[in-house]
Amino acid sequence: MTVVVIGAGHGGVQVAASLRAEGHRGPVVLLDGQDHLPYHRPQLSKEFLGPGAGDPQLLRSASFFADQDIDLRLGTAVAALHPARRRVELRDGGAVDYTHLVLALGSSLRRLQVPGVELDGIAQLGSLTDAAALRARLDAARDVVVVGGGFLGLEIAAACADVGRAVTVVEPQARLLARAVAPPVSDAVRRAHEAAGTVLHVGTGVQRFLGRAGQVRRVVLSDGSEFPADLVVIAVGVVANSGIAEAAGLAVDDGVLVDPWLRTSVPDIFAVGDCVARPDRELGAPRRIECVQNAIDQARHVASSIAHGLGEPYGKVPWFWTHQFALRVQTVGLGFPDDDCVLVGDPDGDGFSVCRFRRGRLVAVESVNRPRDHMAARRLLSGGVLPVPAEVGSAGFDLKDHELATRGTA
Amino acid sequence: MPTLTFVLPDGTRRTLEGKAGLSVMEVAMAEDLPGIIAECGGNAMCATCHVYAGATDRLPPVSEVEDEMLDSTAAPRTPASRLSCQVQIADNWDGMTFDVPETQL
Repeated sequence: MTVVVIGAGHGGVQVAASLRAEGHRGPVVLLDGQDHLPYHRPQLSKEFLGPGAGDPQLLRSASFFADQDIDLRLGTAVAALHPARRRVELRDGGAVDYTHLVLALGSSLRRLQVPGVELDGIAQLGSLTDAAALRARLDAARDVVVVGGGFLGLEIAAACADVGRAVTVVEPQARLLARAVAPPVSDAVRRAHEAAGTVLHVGTGVQRFLGRAGQVRRVVLSDGSEFPADLVVIAVGVVANSGIAEAAGLAVDDGVLVDPWLRTSVPDIFAVGDCVARPDRELGAPRRIECVQNAIDQARHVASSIAHGLGEPYGKVPWFWTHQFALRVQTVGLGFPDDDCVLVGDPDGDGFSVCRFRRGRLVAVESVNRPRDHMAARRLLSGGVLPVPAEVGSAGFDLKDHELATRGTA
Repeated sequence: MPTLTFVLPDGTRRTLEGKAGLSVMEVAMAEDLPGIIAECGGNAMCATCHVYAGATDRLPPVSEVEDEMLDSTAAPRTPASRLSCQVQIADNWDGMTFDVPETQL
């Protein structure tokens, strides 16, 4: 029984490792187009860009894959899937046949379509190669412009400001992290960047880049403002790498569609991580989750399904974190654009959390410098007694005290 | 070279060479020590690199962040509990021991 896993990111490596941990004895083939041993990605947009950072941390040691009898094939891009023949066709002309296939295809950076985007000095960060190139360019840069005020863009902006560069962030939406977090969290992040001297342009996009001798020199915004740049980093979101799945006839809708067990529309093909789109009835659309924890937990679930047969549907509550300057932002759960938000703590003080409610039910908690709240919220959202909005809004309410007081009574 | 001895749940002992400045977690991961997961890569975000330290008094103090995370470990927290990603190895370590818990998840 051969399991083929496509993609050796956090999810794909975890599928392979968990298959062995769960006792799967048949061949495990792990394919990836990149040449580097699988590495931790979150640090690439943070400390990796700073001074003195060494090689990226590997997900597993170099000897792990051989020790575990995992056939890791780096530099091996996939050309096509042939589900009817249970075969993966490789770009080098070879092929691998499978009993079970797991798609851990990841996501790719969205491109920005504006005049001048092809100029030298305009970079993106989606891989170790990109990050190493960006770090090298950063040495000689003075004016850095980051296009995109999401998590990735802001982490890069913070890393650049930390090494003394003049940083400008451009975000077309009305506020930073608009898609990801509630306004009080956006605001805390905005203040941290402003305190570091970063100039923020929100509610306006890039109209064009201007260059000289092929090198970017200036950025012109839609609102007419214009400023110098010798390094531009574009971080305007990602798209799921669902191309080979779609070409093979799998159901795709902004990601590979899966059922509650992470099975795709084709038998014996599972999908995990960034490339997955799960129907969300409440949202009225499929939802994609881009974070390490989601990839790893989905991978464990799929490995268990393959090794032991289907069990419970996948049901882990997603959590996510980012570091920027002295801010430690941690989120858990899945919010919706129009949630009711109740604050715990003081946004002008040491830390606070935003509790998001959907029709009176707690669905997500976003914390800024409040690990205590975050960890309590993780336990609560994973089967605890959920507090109602009036409780959370009452004076002296504390998520951890609530969790401890109600533990075991759900 | 500082040395670290990990005691696995089945009693097996593994002694690894450390290097000052690295974390205990990094040494364990580089050797694929079973029972240390470190899902978040060393950011005190996941509490899956929990260990019981043999000589807590020789270790740097527990930060507030680590303290909160230690309340959420899968195996019970004891006064010896640490997140191995938050414990930096020092040059004068010799024969420091760390017990690996039964579970991290």
